[in-house]
Amino acid sequence: MSLREALKNGKFAVTAEIGPAKGVDVTEFLENGELLKGRVDAVNITDQQSAVMRLGSLAGCCLLKEKGVEPVFQMTCRDRNRIALQSDLLSAYVLGIENVLCLTGDYVTLGDHPQAKPVFDLDSVSLLQAARELEQGRDLAGKELKGSPKFLLGACVTPGADPVEPQLIKMRKKVKAGAEFFQTQAIYEPKKFEAFMQEAKKLGVPVLVGIVLLRSAAMARFMNKNVAGIHVPDELIEEMDEAENKAQKSIEIAARLINEMKDVCQGAHIMAIGLESRVPAVLDAAGL
Amino acid sequence: MIVSELKPFPEILGYLEGENRIFIVGCKGCAEVCHTGDEPQVLEMKEKLEQEGKTVSGYCVIDFLCDKALVKIRLLPHEADIEAADSLLIMTCGIGVQATAAVVNKISHPACNTINLGGARGEWRGSERCRECGDCVLDLTGGICPLTACTKGLINGPCGGAKDGRCEVEPEVRECGWHLIYERLKKLGRLDKMEAMPPPKDYSKMQPPKELRSTIMWALEQEETKV
Repeated sequence: MSLREALKNGKFAVTAEIGPAKGVDVTEFLENGELLKGRVDAVNITDQQSAVMRLGSLAGCCLLKEKGVEPVFQMTCRDRNRIALQSDLLSAYVLGIENVLCLTGDYVTLGDHPQAKPVFDLDSVSLLQAARELEQGRDLAGKELKGSPKFLLGACVTPGADPVEPQLIKMRKKVKAGAEFFQTQAIYEPKKFEAFMQEAKKLGVPVLVGIVLLRSAAMARFMNKNVAGIHVPDELIEEMDEAENKAQKSIEIAARLINEMKDVCQGAHIMAIGLESRVPAVLDAAGL
Repeated sequence: MIVSELKPFPEILGYLEGENRIFIVGCKGCAEVCHTGDEPQVLEMKEKLEQEGKTVSGYCVIDFLCDKALVKIRLLPHEADIEAADSLLIMTCGIGVQATAAVVNKISHPACNTINLGGARGEWRGSERCRECGDCVLDLTGGICPLTACTKGLINGPCGGAKDGRCEVEPEVRECGWHLIYERLKKLGRLDKMEAMPPPKDYSKMQPPKELRSTIMWALEQEETKV
């Protein structure tokens, strides 16, 4: 069953993410793909995540597809203008990739090439608009295409943002622009997520709640201080601090969060950030 | 005012490699206030270059270098010194370097970096910034420019990077531009404007039209043609 079918049939969809390596040695990348095969509905390949130069998402998606894993092509607007972005959308389709997550992208100074020229010719909303146009047989210049692609378009949202209203406004715009599903930024507070979904569900589009596996209490504190829209509550930080087996505890917490939030959303998106080997255990523990 | 800062001296020396005789041009415009191109800085540069074994064939400090007609007129008395030099070192903003380079027959080296002030500032200088994009979207944002207030220049903001109303880039100094836009529209009771779906921005409008590529200092231009 494809991701599109899973979402359409109301199955609780599960997706995960892999960040390609900085280089051409894809051994570990393919191992992670193998681990996730058959356990999740699709795997996102990040696009120069955190503005750190790496192997491209398109190549990563093709490699996964070859292995029989359904990919989600993440695209940001930081590095490429509308000409390149539209072209890459066509390229992805021709290579058999249909799931696209349209993102604005972290700024260049957050990564390891801070001297690079930021692009942001488009943003997540206009990228969705562009993809929609291509589906209808035209590009942004209004020119007719020779053959048009068909995508499953996704976008992201940050339920933990404060204020959250701008996120909801933009979420509405993304749906209008063509977003058919959402994967959220990680949220560790089920009550907050519930309140967010009260509003978000009105859009009638499936939402997959984001889960980031906690490596340690220090990682949680780091994210609280540095990562926008993520807040790990003190109780969870304490749990990690006091746990003897951090790996086991992080799996337990992730599974618990999924269970506490699964009734108000349509799936989960697990971001392991280097701990991809734990994802099957998380799914086992969550009964998925 | 345009803000300039002196380049690191080793960088300037790098430009002058293989050259022995330098003519220095200073500027009493903005560069005077910035302490980058006034007479004291010119003399200091002269001394440093001489310490490095260079010869300064002469120097000239002009009222302001941002008009090439004026530069040409003021450099006339120094024609021989400039002819004797291998190159000129211009101590002012990028405008002055370009203007001087246009009216001399030697290589012009920039001694300064021109600091980006985030957009045009209006004639009576407030905190507002304008990118002169030629396609104003202020109607959509309650009067706050998304190109200058948002680091990424997003037409559909905010992004997911803002934390506590601060930008993900240099949060200590930058506010999230789209947070400001949201607050402004909320205050005006016009959040509907934030739901608008504008087409992607037409960046080709940021190129100036032909008529505006020349100057308006026509009087000086007439003088210049006579010289």
